[in-house]
Amino acid sequence: MGYQLSKEKMESIFKTLQETHDIYAPVVKKGDGTFSEVDVVRYDKVTSLDEIEWNKKSDYSFKEALLSINETLFYFTEDETTVPKGPTKDLLIFLRACDMHALKRLDQIYLDNKFGDFYYQRVRARAKFCLMGCEHSCDSGYCVAMGTNKADDYDLYLKLDGDKALVDAKNEDFVAIFNEESKLDVTPDYVTENKQKVSIPKNLSKATKDNPIWEEYGSRCIGCGRCNFVCPTCTCFTMQDIFYKDNPKVGERRRVWASCQIDGYSQIAGGFEFRKSQADRIRFKVMHKHYDFEKRFGYSMCVGCGRCDDVCPEYISHAAILNRLAKEEG
Amino acid sequence: MSLDINTKKAKKHAWRISKERGIGASRIRVPGGYLDAEVLGMVQKIAREYGNGYVHLTTRQGFEIEGIHLEDMDKVNELLQPIIEKVGINQNPEDKDNANGYSASGTRNVSACIGNNVCPFANYNTSELARRIDKEIFPNDLHFKVACTGCANDCAKVRMHDFGIIGMTMPQYDPDRCISCNACVKGCTSLSVSALRMENYKIVRDTEKCIGCGVCVTKCPTRAWTRSEKKYYKLTIMGRTGKKNPRLGKDFLVWADEENIVKIIKNTYKFVEEYISPNAPARKEHIGYIIDRVGFEKFKEFALKDVELMPETIMNNNVYWEGIHFDNKH
Repeated sequence: MGYQLSKEKMESIFKTLQETHDIYAPVVKKGDGTFSEVDVVRYDKVTSLDEIEWNKKSDYSFKEALLSINETLFYFTEDETTVPKGPTKDLLIFLRACDMHALKRLDQIYLDNKFGDFYYQRVRARAKFCLMGCEHSCDSGYCVAMGTNKADDYDLYLKLDGDKALVDAKNEDFVAIFNEESKLDVTPDYVTENKQKVSIPKNLSKATKDNPIWEEYGSRCIGCGRCNFVCPTCTCFTMQDIFYKDNPKVGERRRVWASCQIDGYSQIAGGFEFRKSQADRIRFKVMHKHYDFEKRFGYSMCVGCGRCDDVCPEYISHAAILNRLAKEEG
Repeated sequence: MSLDINTKKAKKHAWRISKERGIGASRIRVPGGYLDAEVLGMVQKIAREYGNGYVHLTTRQGFEIEGIHLEDMDKVNELLQPIIEKVGINQNPEDKDNANGYSASGTRNVSACIGNNVCPFANYNTSELARRIDKEIFPNDLHFKVACTGCANDCAKVRMHDFGIIGMTMPQYDPDRCISCNACVKGCTSLSVSALRMENYKIVRDTEKCIGCGVCVTKCPTRAWTRSEKKYYKLTIMGRTGKKNPRLGKDFLVWADEENIVKIIKNTYKFVEEYISPNAPARKEHIGYIIDRVGFEKFKEFALKDVELMPETIMNNNVYWEGIHFDNKH
């Protein structure tokens, strides 16, 4: 159901919502970018609409609101373990269409992949999503090519237009909140064309591993893992057992984001590493996003948000790789 | 026709009396080495119309327009006026009104590396600080050399100066964003001073060793490392070139702030006025020699007047220089 209300009223609803919700949205972190006097846009808890960055695509995706970078799975003493408590409030996460589609990929991996993940599940069950429309295409995204430019399964859509707020509520909880506001048909803004054109390779196969493109890009990659950490669909983690220094019989087990591009990711006991070269690692990442995942679940993992292309310090473009593969592999 | 030129006045107005009789060169200093490209065309015009068509880029980031007939000095000074205004050189009002060029002598152009406008390593806007210091200390006859460099790489070679300002950042670590990839540890070890190590999957920074270069921040793929909001500087003092005892400047203040550095430089002018050798040729004596003569305590007494250092600033109470001695060989 669509509504129109004043921004002021929306702000007061936003405040009230915080009694029951932790609200996460992209915010500008001043000076926290890689270089001096460069900002970064990433997710954080917000308390007001004005804290939200509405225009610039976030450098880091929403996934950290659902999946902590470091998550303690349990604390252990000599004979007991304790699982930390889950969220005490519901979550409301602001995100764009590409990220709504990424959510489907996260769910696929953490909920619908033979068994559900306890930790993801308990957060996910309390999470609601507020779509931020895209009036214009960002520079690097190719959501149209990936079919992720439009999202319908949001709980809430919110657009600020001067001193007005336009809302579309789908979740019953939100419909109840907005019910007294004046009704208006509200359709989310979405883009139908991107600046970044991408042809999706349709004929990837096991033979694609022999394409010399991997060596070429591998020689340029420095294995920093930024592409994975900004990606809204990368879900890999590693385990760390921490023994407290004061008393090593007590500690905690954490799961921590991992990157298939960084040394050690494919290392097994005894030291053997399956993918030692950056060429192998890039091949794995691209093929996983566009071939392996698709073979398993029937759709591509990549949502075309373009964040990996924005962040790569070596200017390696996932979009360019896809275009090359489409041309060379068909 | 014989020339009657006041060479002393000319030299005090940034003219060089060259080795060739009747020929001089016009020197245009560029504070912080940063200028509107339009000036290049203006310099070109003077070089072509009045010089020999050639320009030397000076070691202190200026232009020296060669081959100008000394009788054309006034005409060239007139053409210099818009350049002086455009690059922001402090000028005496009477020089400005009469288009007499600008006064220049002992205190040298404050030079700067390219800084954080462009360079990924730089921790501050070097030209901006150079221009600020320029405004505070120019014009002045005393021999002072000041330079600003963005990071501990010291591309501006500030340690060859009386005052060297090296950009620092106090790295801020958020363990919750750290994924133990070791990129910062590797970066610090290979590019800097090995101040980082991993303990229990998290990073420990050796604060004694850390030089605030910011490499950890640039290497971090998750924004676990960010720059401090406050900008910090290292102030190196009394480096010099020359015939007697060339030496590198040594650290006086570490983790210092801009205000106090500017104060110290200005205070040092008073110190020099008080203690400069009466025999100094043209009242030029490197400050370091004066300190060597009257003692570091005396220097500090002057330099630290009205200076209130921040709690985190480390001051070296005694500074001992080395260098090469040609004046006192044993």
